[in-house]
Amino acid sequence: MMHDLSKIEEIIDRSPKEPGALIAVLQDIQREFHYLPCEALTATSRALGVPLSKVFSVSTFYNAFSLTPRGEKIIRICQGTACHIKGAKLVQEQIESNLGIKAGETTKDMKYTIEVVNCVGACAMAPVIIVNNKYHGKVRCDQTRKLLGIK
Amino acid sequence: MRITSAEHLTQLQKEYQKEAAKFPRKILVCLGPGCLAAGSDRIYDAFLNHIAQRNIKGITVEAVKKTGCHGLCTQGPLVTIEPDGLFYTRIQAKGVPEIIEKTLEKNEVITKLLYSTPGKSQKIEKWADIPFYSHQMRIGLRNVGQIDPENIKDYVAVGGYQALAKALTMTPEQVISEVKTSGLRGRGGAGFPTGKKWETCRKVDSDIRYVICNGDEGDPGAFMDRCIMEGDPHSVLEGMIICAHAVGSISGYIYVREEYPLAILNLQKAIEAAREFGLLGKNILGSGLNFDIKISRGGGAFVCGESSALMRSVAGEVGEPRAKYIRSVIKGLHDKPTVLNNVESFATVPVIINEGGKKFASIGTPRSTGTKAFSLAGKINNTGLIEVPMGISLREIIFDIGGGIPDGRKFKAVQTGGPSGGCLPESKLDLPVDFDSLTEAGSMMGSGGMIIMDDRTCMVDVAKYFLGFLVEESCGKCVPCREGLYQLHALCVRITEGKGEPGDLELMEKLSKYIQLGSLCGLGQSGPNPFMSTLEHFREEYEAHINHKKCPAGVCRALIKYEIIDACTGCLACIPVCPVGAITGEKKKKHFINQAICDQCGSCYAVCQFDAIEVK
Ligand SMILES: Cc1cc2nc3c(=O)[nH]c(=O)nc-3n(C[C@H](O)[C@H](O)[C@H](O)COP(=O)(O)O)c2cc1C
Repeated sequence: MMHDLSKIEEIIDRSPKEPGALIAVLQDIQREFHYLPCEALTATSRALGVPLSKVFSVSTFYNAFSLTPRGEKIIRICQGTACHIKGAKLVQEQIESNLGIKAGETTKDMKYTIEVVNCVGACAMAPVIIVNNKYHGKVRCDQTRKLLGIK
Repeated sequence: MRITSAEHLTQLQKEYQKEAAKFPRKILVCLGPGCLAAGSDRIYDAFLNHIAQRNIKGITVEAVKKTGCHGLCTQGPLVTIEPDGLFYTRIQAKGVPEIIEKTLEKNEVITKLLYSTPGKSQKIEKWADIPFYSHQMRIGLRNVGQIDPENIKDYVAVGGYQALAKALTMTPEQVISEVKTSGLRGRGGAGFPTGKKWETCRKVDSDIRYVICNGDEGDPGAFMDRCIMEGDPHSVLEGMIICAHAVGSISGYIYVREEYPLAILNLQKAIEAAREFGLLGKNILGSGLNFDIKISRGGGAFVCGESSALMRSVAGEVGEPRAKYIRSVIKGLHDKPTVLNNVESFATVPVIINEGGKKFASIGTPRSTGTKAFSLAGKINNTGLIEVPMGISLREIIFDIGGGIPDGRKFKAVQTGGPSGGCLPESKLDLPVDFDSLTEAGSMMGSGGMIIMDDRTCMVDVAKYFLGFLVEESCGKCVPCREGLYQLHALCVRITEGKGEPGDLELMEKLSKYIQLGSLCGLGQSGPNPFMSTLEHFREEYEAHINHKKCPAGVCRALIKYEIIDACTGCLACIPVCPVGAITGEKKKKHFINQAICDQCGSCYAVCQFDAIEVK
């Protein structure tokens, strides 16, 4: 896949050129592309003077980074403790069956990605899902289609 | 504008108070995480729009404020009208015009929006009279839900940064001594005395020292720190600046997890405003103190809440902990002496300086002084954010403040301390909540997440859940943690699948000891806790799974069966939610579950409104 390399350069240009900025730069790239394209890893490595092996190690250590492309709509299902005991697993299975993919996967048409997150700190409204940064609380498994915007 | 002295600050405080007095009536809309998930951003906009359109005497858009979490999340979206203290719950955007018309214009109370006690016996007008609030005592959360976190003037008006001004007239040693007198122990979980940490850091000979605030809040089920960072970011900054003065630091970091974008945004705004006001940067309040703060965003790794891993992560590296004998107050970030404190610890410091360490120490118990914030979640009526004096009993928290267990079910356990903590049963409900009592009982204070479980929660499943979490989050450096937790989890899974064998529990106990002994950091050392504590208090439940292949709580899928009983009205609701298509039936006729297809997921049970599905 080809990417707008100027965007990557722009992000790197804004940041201090030191190894300590590595995580922050990767976060900004992830925010822009919803994942870390291969070109971005090599460009970051060169600009910050960090070996590519280390860039790779950091990008696979932190859950927030993905090395595979994501869909337009990112559905994050909270699996914190409160959500777990209030049936988040059911909500997850329902969404997986609605979209025909498993958590961590993206639909073929690149429209949806399902992600499981540990806890988003909205425990009082458990179970919680986040669709493109919008929170939905007290989700029941018969509401998932509506929340995803599918028939 | 730069504030140049303590007198200047006080003068501004008076000015801002006067400005605020121009709007005697304030409408506070809660935008905490719970209310936001219930759509409170739309309520806020509706108030602004409707008030802008109408011309009501004494009410302008300036009177509408967005605040952080007010506390009683379950009843959200919440709106408070101050100074009356009038408290409206479960508001909808379309109900806003009525509030403006009746309450703001005609001073009428809208009864249907008031809080009603469980069982709907009584309506309560003022939030302070609701048992959920009246049993609390707020120090760390003093401003959360009361002020606009995005406006530094609000913070200054309520006395913000006065503690800093006072601290700057004291010597660093005096500040440290005040914090020591207060008895404050770190709110991040381990409970290390804060004053002692600061003192050690100050005494290390070094050209530079760092102050770091731990806003990682990785414990699933905890959201206190989030609410402080979002709802009162300046109190965290003020605590950090006071610490910088005490230990002699010029550079600080706040490490916030990326899952909290609003916390990052509000902290960023607060830092910029504080710089503009001369409260961060060079020559703070004209005292000669130089200190600035940067935000460092975490990457969603639980282990990065641990001190040495966090400091590696701030430096842009993989967050692997190191051995504890090198202490981070001596060799921390970039190998320089570093004070790391939790968000709530820092937010508490200004109160200690303002009111004196003695007064703080008089609250709580002798070895756990002051108050502690908790988040209540799970199977409890009043889910939300609370702060209570240390030493209060679990029973008071769960039943008086939390309002007990919903749906007429029975209390089973309370989980504290996140993945490092444990589950305490009913027999421990009268335990005082303090660092030492909870540890003795096999759980721990942790950062303050409290998850309440009822008789429909399976304790083996809970242990499996936490072990699964820890297997994912172990950084992999220590073999006993990486492999040991993996095996412990596998054994737990086996038991929940009905394949447990006699001897499994003994094997798991043995394995737990090795993991505790052989791991470098707290993640591994306390990793077996969720298993050990559930085994200690709920051994018979494990045995039922292993010996009788039964899950008494009706959770573990391999051991249960769902059946539709005569209460079924034939409403069709369960048919489309069954992911495997096991349910058949016609309208107004009793439905049927084909047991050969059913995979016991329980979706039908979750959506049935008529209690017509039974777990066997
Ligand atoms: C695995 C692990 C995760 C931790 N996560 C956090 C956290 O999310 N927030 C926090 O404040 N402390 C966390 N801690 C505790 C910190 O290591 C440290 O003790 C604390 O931040 C010190 O601040 P305090 O003395 O003010 O509590 C964690 C510890 C371990 C071992």
